[in-house]
Amino acid sequence: MATNTQIPVADRRVPVIAPGHTFSTITEKISNIVLSRPISLGWILGFLIVFSMMNMLMMALGYLFIKGTGIWGINIPIGWGFAIVNFVWWIGIGHAGTLISAILCLLRQTWRNSINRFAEAMTLFAVACAGIFPLAHTGRPWLAYWLFPYPNTMQYWPNFRSPLVWDVFAVSTYFTISLVFWFVGLIPDLASLRDRTENIWVQRIYGLLAMGWRGSARHWHRYETAYLLLAGLATPLVLSVHTVVSFDFAVGIVPGWHTTIFPPYFVAGAIYSGFAMVLCLAIPIRAIYGLKDFITERHLENAAKVMLATGLIVAYGYGMEAFMGWYSGSQFDSFLLWNRLHGPYRLLYMALLGCNIFIPQVLWLKKFRVSTGWLWLISFVVLVGMWLERFIIVVVSLSRDFLTSSWGQYYPTKWDWMTFAGTIGMFLTAMWLFVRILPMISIFELRTLLPESQVHEAAEVKQ
Amino acid sequence: MSDFSGNGPIYGLMAEFDSAQELVAAAHKTHEAGYQKIDAYSPFPIEGLAEAIGFHSNRVPLVVLIGGLIGGISAYALQYWVAVITYPVNVGGRPYHSWPSFIIVTFELTILFAGLSSAIGMIVLNGLPMPYHPVFNVPEFAKASENKFFLIVFSSDPKYDANRTRSFLTELAPRMVAEVPS
Amino acid sequence: MSMDEHKTKSAGTNVGAAAGAEVCPSKRKQFDLATVKDQIEQTTGPEYWRSLEELAGSAEFQEMLHREFPKGASEWLDDFSRRGFLKTMGASLALAGLTGCTRLPITEIVPYVRQPENVVPGRPMFYATAFTLGGYASPILVESHLFRPTKIEGNPEHPASLGGTDVYAQASLLDLYDPDRAQNITYMGDVRSWNAFMEAVRGPMSVQKSIAGSGVRILTQTVSSPTLAAQIRSYLEANPQAKWHVWEPINRDNVYEGAKMAFGEVVETRYDLSKADVIVSLDADFLYAGFPGSARYTRDFAARRNPDGNMNRLYVIESTPSSTGMKADHRWPVKASEIDSFARALVSAVAGNAGGLASAEEQKFVSVIAKDLLAHKGSSVVIAGDHQPPAVHALAHAVNNALGNVGQTVFHTEPVDANPVNRNQSLHSLVEDMRAGKVDLLLILGGNPAYDAPAELEFASALKSNAVNLKVFLGTHRNETAELCHWHVPEAHYLESWSDARAYDGTVSIVQPLIEPLYGGKSAHEIITIIAGQSGFAGHDLIQSYWQKQHSGADFDAFWRKSLHDGWVEGTTYAPKNVALKASSLPASQSAPGTGYELNFRRDPSIYDGRFANNGWLQELPKPLTKLTWDNPIMIGPAMAERLKLNFKDVADLEFNGKKVKGPVWIQAGHPDNSITVFLGYGRTRAGRVGSGTGFDVYPLRTSQAPWFADGAKLPPTGDIYQLASTQGYQTMETPDGGKRPLVQERSLEEYKKEPNFAKEGEPPQELTLYKPFDYSKETYSWGMAIDLNACVGCNNCIVACQSENNIAVVGKEQTLKGRHMHWLRVDAYYNGPRENPKGFFQPVPCMQCEDAPCELVCPVQATIHSSEGLNDMVYNRCVGTRYCSNNCPYKVRRFNFLLFQDWETPQFKLMRNPDVTVRSRGVMEKCTYCVQRISEKRIDAERADSTIKEGDLQTACQQSCPANAIVFGNLNDPNSQVNKWKQQPRNYSLLGELNTKPRTTYLAEVRNPNPELEDKSEESKA
Repeated sequence: MATNTQIPVADRRVPVIAPGHTFSTITEKISNIVLSRPISLGWILGFLIVFSMMNMLMMALGYLFIKGTGIWGINIPIGWGFAIVNFVWWIGIGHAGTLISAILCLLRQTWRNSINRFAEAMTLFAVACAGIFPLAHTGRPWLAYWLFPYPNTMQYWPNFRSPLVWDVFAVSTYFTISLVFWFVGLIPDLASLRDRTENIWVQRIYGLLAMGWRGSARHWHRYETAYLLLAGLATPLVLSVHTVVSFDFAVGIVPGWHTTIFPPYFVAGAIYSGFAMVLCLAIPIRAIYGLKDFITERHLENAAKVMLATGLIVAYGYGMEAFMGWYSGSQFDSFLLWNRLHGPYRLLYMALLGCNIFIPQVLWLKKFRVSTGWLWLISFVVLVGMWLERFIIVVVSLSRDFLTSSWGQYYPTKWDWMTFAGTIGMFLTAMWLFVRILPMISIFELRTLLPESQVHEAAEVKQ
Repeated sequence: MSDFSGNGPIYGLMAEFDSAQELVAAAHKTHEAGYQKIDAYSPFPIEGLAEAIGFHSNRVPLVVLIGGLIGGISAYALQYWVAVITYPVNVGGRPYHSWPSFIIVTFELTILFAGLSSAIGMIVLNGLPMPYHPVFNVPEFAKASENKFFLIVFSSDPKYDANRTRSFLTELAPRMVAEVPS
Repeated sequence: MSMDEHKTKSAGTNVGAAAGAEVCPSKRKQFDLATVKDQIEQTTGPEYWRSLEELAGSAEFQEMLHREFPKGASEWLDDFSRRGFLKTMGASLALAGLTGCTRLPITEIVPYVRQPENVVPGRPMFYATAFTLGGYASPILVESHLFRPTKIEGNPEHPASLGGTDVYAQASLLDLYDPDRAQNITYMGDVRSWNAFMEAVRGPMSVQKSIAGSGVRILTQTVSSPTLAAQIRSYLEANPQAKWHVWEPINRDNVYEGAKMAFGEVVETRYDLSKADVIVSLDADFLYAGFPGSARYTRDFAARRNPDGNMNRLYVIESTPSSTGMKADHRWPVKASEIDSFARALVSAVAGNAGGLASAEEQKFVSVIAKDLLAHKGSSVVIAGDHQPPAVHALAHAVNNALGNVGQTVFHTEPVDANPVNRNQSLHSLVEDMRAGKVDLLLILGGNPAYDAPAELEFASALKSNAVNLKVFLGTHRNETAELCHWHVPEAHYLESWSDARAYDGTVSIVQPLIEPLYGGKSAHEIITIIAGQSGFAGHDLIQSYWQKQHSGADFDAFWRKSLHDGWVEGTTYAPKNVALKASSLPASQSAPGTGYELNFRRDPSIYDGRFANNGWLQELPKPLTKLTWDNPIMIGPAMAERLKLNFKDVADLEFNGKKVKGPVWIQAGHPDNSITVFLGYGRTRAGRVGSGTGFDVYPLRTSQAPWFADGAKLPPTGDIYQLASTQGYQTMETPDGGKRPLVQERSLEEYKKEPNFAKEGEPPQELTLYKPFDYSKETYSWGMAIDLNACVGCNNCIVACQSENNIAVVGKEQTLKGRHMHWLRVDAYYNGPRENPKGFFQPVPCMQCEDAPCELVCPVQATIHSSEGLNDMVYNRCVGTRYCSNNCPYKVRRFNFLLFQDWETPQFKLMRNPDVTVRSRGVMEKCTYCVQRISEKRIDAERADSTIKEGDLQTACQQSCPANAIVFGNLNDPNSQVNKWKQQPRNYSLLGELNTKPRTTYLAEVRNPNPELEDKSEESKA
């Protein structure tokens, strides 16, 4: 991050910023997208589409609240269906944002400066989508607040031993901290927008949000400390969140859930899908808004490498599951494995292996890492694959548990699909608005990437 | 120049520079010259600038530590009180004080409180929000959030003297020196 | 209702309707009932009825039922209004009076334990009465909350019950409150008053009187009521030309014909299985409801299944697989028509000369049985199935005779049936008279002949034709027959009216009403008095006066009180009579069984002959073997299915005698080859909102020549698919990967003697836990249950009892298909071994009440937690419905209200529900509670008496209803409790014990008693 940003002279790689940029060009290029760029027809059309998808979600939820969860495909034994699958999937996607802004910040990966802003935005929107499901999937959503510990006349409290309560705390904390982190990062850029706009009203709004930021050295000093601490806090948080989500399953006794490998394997999977989503968003955005100078091939390639690495961890996870199925000697675990390979859902499992393990291996080749078309395609495949993984874990495990007499099948209904597609619409709607009203790349952090921002040489010369 | 010049007492003298290097150097000189109440403005954080103007103390980490401790302790206390003291129930044959289960919520609340206190701490210590500030009266200052660098000597500084300070600042070869009306 | 009001009621014997009017304001309405109903009819009525008709026939309805589902099927809004069919919108039709208050009988009835005078609101009272099916009475106790019958139990002091019941008796409660019951007297569909009816018949009857009633025909179902029989007979004496016909689709003609064949006279045969060491069933399903005396037989049979005692041995030679067959130590599946030759072979084998059977295997089987029988002369039984031809019954009598079982385990008595004429002939002659125009007044007392009469009679058309001037139908529902009669008088439910009936052993029970007729229904007794022109007699007086005549001695009141109180009339049990076996009793060998596909008609395990079609509890009751609900399949064996390329749920045309019906195929393991079984009672068009349109009707194929089975059916596939809602998709303990899960532990008797602890293999030591277990030993109570898999005969009784006791909702076929049925207690059925003749296992699975309950741990809101007495409590109010508990329950015994499954509107159901049990709403998880409401009640009683609950004071609903005594529940902290004794047995094991959830419900492993000479032979027999 800004504190130490010299770019090694010997670095032959594509720079993180294309040459020829100055403080003002950076500022203009990014802030103009918000301030002066006219709203294109394409933007409007796209917005109409994603917005109507979002309204489909509202419709599905409305009917759900009227009728009950019976409109979904769930049953006994399969008490959790799409709702939980989507919840885990969305939360996972969120993780990339935090990882980029916090972990890479701590690791001094300066290239993250140009993608962290919208990655964080993506986190917020993804977590917001995820947050819908735990509420909606309850049989009596109007009582879902009972999961929070609050003093009540019943003198009754939540069960702090239940992973679902852990979820409540983990997810709400995660959302709050991500929001704070994001906003703190925005303050100096909001100030830039405030100072650049001609429109008095726009100026007042940004001014209000910027809280009178004026870039004083004292402020910068505290600012950096706070930002660094936030990064330091967000790092264990992001690791914990998907760990906790994985506890929903690992704590259960259902064969296919009850396994100790879940936490690391879920976190890796989360980052995997998260980076896939980053690429799926970044590739079109940099093209449309001409940001190729700031989001360069280097970024795409790095993201691809992260995907490759996390993908391998996920693959290891699958391997271990299979191994334990055999090694545990438990007939339930070994049957779980058999059922995934030969059971009624075998095709989904095959697709999962293809999407998450085999296809992404092409990323070993630079050709695929730098070709935006291929990269986008692979990222999309990974997103599908990770959704399938959650489906296999949630539904397939439940469909074949201990008593053969109570085995079941799950058939999603139209309402399941509408809810899922609806959250995608909601996510994209938020993104659509974000790119037009906030700087989608951190301006002040990009400034620090320019050589001019360095003072050391000068200082040394003085001595 | 400034339409405000002359109205009311002077808040300070402001010098504008083109680059971070110049600003840092100027800040050093000014501080060495014995000026205490000075400040520098830049469009991005510059390493060493705070030291240059003689700013060292930073209480943000302390605030965060306290916040974190409060969060963690209160979280565990709540769970213990709920599960063991006020409403103990036999849940799946687990002991009332199932400490391993209580760790997660404790951890999450530690993070939550620490994170919030770092952000709020920073904002409050910075005296924000402060929508109005005299420096904004200098039109050029708008560039402080883009590509220009500013140094200010406050009129409240004991060593401050309208003319001598102005000439001192001019020696630093800024693009311009402006009075900041308050 | 307040006490004094009540006193006036119970005290006044026949204060009459006027007093009745004072019971509560809303009851006054009853007097202008007709007008009220008229208004209703005018407003919502007609549309309602029409919609009902359309409902039954309409294409949409059929389409809805046949719709392939679930196949990734999508749900649109209307799909949930479908539940409307079950959530009967009866509110629109029900009387305002119904909701308001209870309806106390005017006439005096005597409570089982306590005088009505000291009725305390909230304290139920029990009355002894009897439920009658096919003429045979099941003695029952009825739990009544403020004169609302809410639960049916067996009468523990009655020899025919000993506390056990059957599914039909249990479910008959729902019929009482069925909102589809006929609610008023109609003439050609228009509402009339009772007086109008009496007017209408008075004329014709007086005319008939002048001609000795030659135009009068009375058609009843099987009558075992001495009073009714006497009434009819006295009328027939007064009108010698009048005739009494009897029709019952599930009749015992063969039994009586067989008796005639053997003894030259009609006798009832009953068995004492408690003394039987060897039992041979010739296609007799004597352990399932519908077989006379099944409750008692089950009790005696199960008592002899204790491997530590003198264990009996059961051989079953049967056609359609039955729960009895699945309990057999040796089962031999054959076509029904081949049973005859088996019986003959058995007779000759017992007589010492072998031979007579085709294959050597069969021969060996029979001779081994004969050997076993001869080794147990006088302590063995051979039972023939009702649907076997008379010859087989005669042969069975011969064997029992030869073995000297008569007088030991087999007893012949007077027939319970008061008029044991041949049903088919009786109905035949009636239809002839009708067609010949000899019938002026036809009086049909109950039943539904228009629907279930033999096909060739075309009774419906005969009834429809104007040949008969006046047709009067007495029936509870406006069914297919009511539609074709002029007058329809609503029949009072047996819980609404006075009567009497004989149990299988002849013992008479007085049927006393617990509630005033909800819709002013009449009993057969009252109708006969009208016909006989002696109106004004209430049912109570008729019954009482009859018994007054029977009872010699001055103490009639005491006698009457005692009879009502105990539930039976002293000294009415039929004494065994000696009947000599005719020398020429061995009937001539009938023609060799056909070689084509044999078609079998069987009573439906759930809805019997169709009379229970509108009973949601029974419709949704998983049938013992198939676990099917809401439908009847065409059942065939696996080999035949392969030959015909038929699979589950394929729709096939069933052709027989040139007639044809369509139905879905079900491949039943253990079903004999080249044989087809279909079940009666489905495809009703006028059953009501629950029953109309379910399944397909096979009566059109059933003739009086072939009432039970015949050769020559065809089964061409149609290529269509029809979804069958089975609650258990997977019926073996072997997993597809070749593993076998030890869910039901079973060994043979020898193995058990060698290794009694076999079932405990793989159970971890209870100490194997990180935490210090909770200590329940300090508590007064610590509840636990044990289920003896050896005793359980899979009769499904516990399921219905549980449903009735705990207000469990009926969800309908669509939801059942999705796997959302709500039964708290299910009976899993597993097969093991060759599919042509597998062993069957039944395993009742209630909540295991685990001490370390996985469900509790994961509930975020502590809605399910442990009580100090070790119960796994479910707090409905607290539940937010995450369903996490169900996911984490290894036994999958939790049930979730995915939609609003309960009917909150229909007032009738409000009366019916158990007031001690919460009626669950949408979005709430529910499950077995060990009948916690009963525990609390008894605990309070005990505390008030300053003592503790004693062993035997407390029974769960399933335990109480179980005819086999397979379920024991009690206090684990009482070292002498029965449940402790059971749990100390070596056979005791925990289901999925390796999970170490420490279930409070454990099982006693199954032990069979195979004949060593047949061991491993019968294993791969016919395989």
